[in-house]
Amino acid sequence: MSLDEYTRREFKQVGTRVRRPDGVDKVTGRAMYGADATAPGMLVGRILRSPHAHARVKGIDTSAAEALKGVKAIITGADLPAQEDEFIRDVQDNCMARDKALYDGHAVAAVAATDAATAKAALKLIKVDYEVLPHVTDVDAAIQPGAPVVQSGRTLENVPAGMSENVTSHSEFGHGDPAEGFARADMILERSYRTAATHQGYIEPHACLASYASDGKADLWCCTQGQFNVRTLCAAIMEMEASQLRVTASEIGGGFGGKTTVFIEPVALALSRKAGRPVKIVMTRDEVFRATGPTVHTSTDVKIGMTKDGRITAAEATLRYSGGAFPCGTVDMGAQAAFAAYDLDHVRTYGWNVMTNRPKEAAYRAPGAPQSIYAVEATLDELCQHFGLDPLDVRLKNAAKKGTKSSYGPTFPDIGLTATLEAAKAHPHYSAPLKDGQGRGISCGFWFNFGGNTCVSLNVNTDGTVGITEGNPDIGGSRASISLMAAEELGIPYDRIRTIVADTSSLGYNDVTDGSRVTFAVGLATIKAARDAIGKMCGRAARIWGIDPEAVEWKDGATVPAGPNAGKFPPMTLAEIAAVSAETGGPIAGHHEVNADGAGVSFGVHIVDVEVDRDTGATKVLRYTVFQDAGKAVHPSYVEGQMQGGAVQGIGWALNEEYIYGKDGRLQNPGFLDYRVPVASDLPPIDAVILEIPNPGHPYGVRGVGETGIVPPLAAITNAVCRSAGVRLHELPMSPPRVLKALAG
Amino acid sequence: MRYLAANTAHEAAEALASEPGLSRILAGGTDVLVQLKAGMVEPDLVVDIKRIPGIRTISAEAGGFRVGAAVSGAELGEHAGLCALWPGIAEGFQLIGSTQVQGRATMAGNLCNGSPAADSVPPLVAANAVARITGPDGDRDVPIADIPTGPGRTTLKKGEVITSIFLPARPDRAADAYLRFIPRTEMDIAVASAAVSLELDPSGTVRSARVALGAVAPTVVAVEAAASCLIGTSLDDEALARMAAACEAACAPIDDKRGTIEFRTRTAGVLARRAALIAYARAGGSK
Amino acid sequence: MKKVHVSTTINGDPYEFLCAPDESLLDVLRDRLGLTGSKEGCGTGDCGACSVTLNGRLVCSCLVLGAEAEGAEIATIEGMADGDDLHPLQQHFIDHAALQCGICTPGILVAARALLEKNPDPTDEELRYWLAGNLCRCTGYDKIIRAVQAAAAEMRGA
Repeated sequence: MSLDEYTRREFKQVGTRVRRPDGVDKVTGRAMYGADATAPGMLVGRILRSPHAHARVKGIDTSAAEALKGVKAIITGADLPAQEDEFIRDVQDNCMARDKALYDGHAVAAVAATDAATAKAALKLIKVDYEVLPHVTDVDAAIQPGAPVVQSGRTLENVPAGMSENVTSHSEFGHGDPAEGFARADMILERSYRTAATHQGYIEPHACLASYASDGKADLWCCTQGQFNVRTLCAAIMEMEASQLRVTASEIGGGFGGKTTVFIEPVALALSRKAGRPVKIVMTRDEVFRATGPTVHTSTDVKIGMTKDGRITAAEATLRYSGGAFPCGTVDMGAQAAFAAYDLDHVRTYGWNVMTNRPKEAAYRAPGAPQSIYAVEATLDELCQHFGLDPLDVRLKNAAKKGTKSSYGPTFPDIGLTATLEAAKAHPHYSAPLKDGQGRGISCGFWFNFGGNTCVSLNVNTDGTVGITEGNPDIGGSRASISLMAAEELGIPYDRIRTIVADTSSLGYNDVTDGSRVTFAVGLATIKAARDAIGKMCGRAARIWGIDPEAVEWKDGATVPAGPNAGKFPPMTLAEIAAVSAETGGPIAGHHEVNADGAGVSFGVHIVDVEVDRDTGATKVLRYTVFQDAGKAVHPSYVEGQMQGGAVQGIGWALNEEYIYGKDGRLQNPGFLDYRVPVASDLPPIDAVILEIPNPGHPYGVRGVGETGIVPPLAAITNAVCRSAGVRLHELPMSPPRVLKALAG
Repeated sequence: MRYLAANTAHEAAEALASEPGLSRILAGGTDVLVQLKAGMVEPDLVVDIKRIPGIRTISAEAGGFRVGAAVSGAELGEHAGLCALWPGIAEGFQLIGSTQVQGRATMAGNLCNGSPAADSVPPLVAANAVARITGPDGDRDVPIADIPTGPGRTTLKKGEVITSIFLPARPDRAADAYLRFIPRTEMDIAVASAAVSLELDPSGTVRSARVALGAVAPTVVAVEAAASCLIGTSLDDEALARMAAACEAACAPIDDKRGTIEFRTRTAGVLARRAALIAYARAGGSK
Repeated sequence: MKKVHVSTTINGDPYEFLCAPDESLLDVLRDRLGLTGSKEGCGTGDCGACSVTLNGRLVCSCLVLGAEAEGAEIATIEGMADGDDLHPLQQHFIDHAALQCGICTPGILVAARALLEKNPDPTDEELRYWLAGNLCRCTGYDKIIRAVQAAAAEMRGA
């Protein structure tokens, strides 16, 4: 890891709450999102989806639909190529079923027509001959030998023989000897938990506009978290060279991980190729729920041994996650994250992925971690109650710190967990009195954070302004943060910089906006691109002054001679250097390309007060405080926003959100009416407390902040409900019927 | 599909009666447009009744109020006199959907949609409210309770349109209340609900009572056995417990994504008890 | 399907359009009139992203037929700013970081304005209930509530 990037400094602009550059566009309705683009001659694409949870597609008769006036193209799985690569094949098969429909909502055919009504009518004329197969939608049922098999031949070698073919992979993490540790415990608690699948719930449905020209070049406009990844996937599915497909990311109406892959984009491209006209596809909300990525749903066993003074002696967890109808690696992240907050001598986690007849999992904010950490933090709370210990004290006693060998392998550098726990303990919320019937819960949270492939260009304009070209869709204010970091480094005002998100033809490959990576990795690349430009500007000044480039320094937005021996010259500002750039060697630009390492983990602690209505089982959230280590908060308002938004998604997960499948294997609640995301009146203010323990892997100490916040609410609310209602639930969501049933005994 | 904005109730009734295909009445549209969007119905004719004179007004009549069939929740909520006379009806109606839905939704539409979970129906039933129906052969008045027959079904005949709902007069010391249970605080369909309407004598004893439950049977149900537990009492704990038990006994709900049989049954009793206490306090009863 | 001819007023300007009888006002605004500031998050009145006012009432434009707009006065997000001058709500949303992705923002601004016209000094609770039909998945609503209150305070002072 790169642990020597950080240098302590006094910030002039980073840390201020500037106005975001896309603010006016977004408050006036001018911003262009996925569904807002049009093209001349555009057709409307619609997708036919399986009404069955599991069915063999024996044949598709499209003749009647093709005969309908206004229908310009129809495709089925047979129109897409056979794929060698297993990963690409799964993505493609998820976009359009080949032999089998694997879940309710799985696409089986698509139509492009002159208008929406015609496309809709055409879908009705497509006859699909289904052979309905037995289905399984629950992880604990699917793992049983004899369960209906979702896909055959997908099991990795490390899965023992004799298990259901739905079990695709096994993983194991940890160190020490748990048996030895458990022998030293005063109490060993074993508990099992289940969590429902939840959906990212972004308000903007997936949308794209594809235009494939007869010369083999194509343009794609879509709402995505990663235009380069879209290009990779679509180029493979369309058998195109990457250079021939230009993908432009629109403004994006939320993603949370759910827009890190493709669903409709290859379909629109294939329709456009066949029809010879641009094709726009916009999903309905029903399609979003039925066919795009929810999270895994899970079943977990946790075993923790503790001494009576609160030291954890050993810990184990077995996680069974289902990422839907395809192999899925999310359980591995859950298994790595489960005990990451603790300094343990003996720890082991086991992960199993199990296929079910549900849509293919897509990433959702800290994928895999909320579920496993929920189980761990709830079990810990029960041990605290057993021994009568303060739950924050127990966490402090066991907290991972610098030098701790983490439960997933690496040894931690500087991390902020202890500071975060201490801040929570000292906060007035933790000592505020509770009324009768109210309960307070806490939980820790963790996310790894990622860096990854990043590429930034920084252009110094001749009028002294700066344009930054980066490749990561701005999902929550990142252009403001990137401009701030460039302004800081260059020493020019924030409002003289404009950052744009480039299409795939304008920049080298950038990884997806995920893993809480953008402010960290794009920020790092921006700072280094700025330094590159500064180096060039020092060279230009040296040339003008007739001195060595090494004798020129950058200070407060201008070149100055480096010390008295360099000569006496008045400072030349960025604007002055830029104005004469044509005479000193031409345009000035800085670049940086990196596969960034050293992202720096982020820990959080949440405190929540709730009150359970003992007659109805309804839980009211009364007060909520989030504490999280941001390393350095570049734009504090958007850091707080990530912490608040993550917390509220976690609150929804804890209390009401769930995928509900019927006996027929069909999703019962594919809409915002019955998939219940929190509404404004459900919530109290969410107070956010930012801690800044610098990340040694970033020049300004930045850590990603996007994901950790969704992790703690699941257990924090579980623990609060238990302390309010006197009953402990082991399943999410804690919907009123479940709570009332628990209260009834 | 054809769209007709009818200018009179008679024109609407005639158009609906003579349409050979499937037709729908458009008042607030908050159910019909959802059904259109989902492809659940594909009507040949939609008749918009909002341009019919008087259909968007509330008028005083015989000590009560006549509410036009296209009066929205937002409009009704601004009518101080009605809200004072029938607070439970006002709160039931105004619980339907969001502020945006309130800008459009109507009680008549809520009733004709035929959902057992319709929030405005239990208080209308408890109030003995009466719908005025215009058909090809003229007008008729029908108690609200007689209109729904099951999920999505009503006793309205082809060509019939509800044009208004009459809320009767009330003596002094009378009030109603409505409560529903939903998992969130807003935006959900009732999992169980209860409306209670009470009239008290000067001593605070309940002289007459009506109790209606929602979402616990194929239609909203008036529970006379529950109401009779309250009559002659001052809502002492024992009377309330008996009433809650009577409510539970009247429940015949289903298990679905919104709630279990057990939960709905239990909650209906809880809500009826709480609604009774609110109505009692509103009517001037003191405990 | 035979189209319906509609004359209406949007943000004070006269508009005429033809639409299918079953076409929603939202589809008309977005696809026929190029007013794409109103967003479709659900099409069923559950998210509020398409909020507009129709004759002064806050409604979901996805739950209104285009044909119903005949003779009506409609206000959308595109008409909220006065030229280059942002409405105080718009300015405070930017200043308070009350948007992250921004897709719900037009609907929330239209809804919040409708509330402040009716009630210039709402409590947080009144505001949260008024906005319950406007889903935001990014912010947790905290900064939205603060931004609306700040705008309300400014508007009361103005």
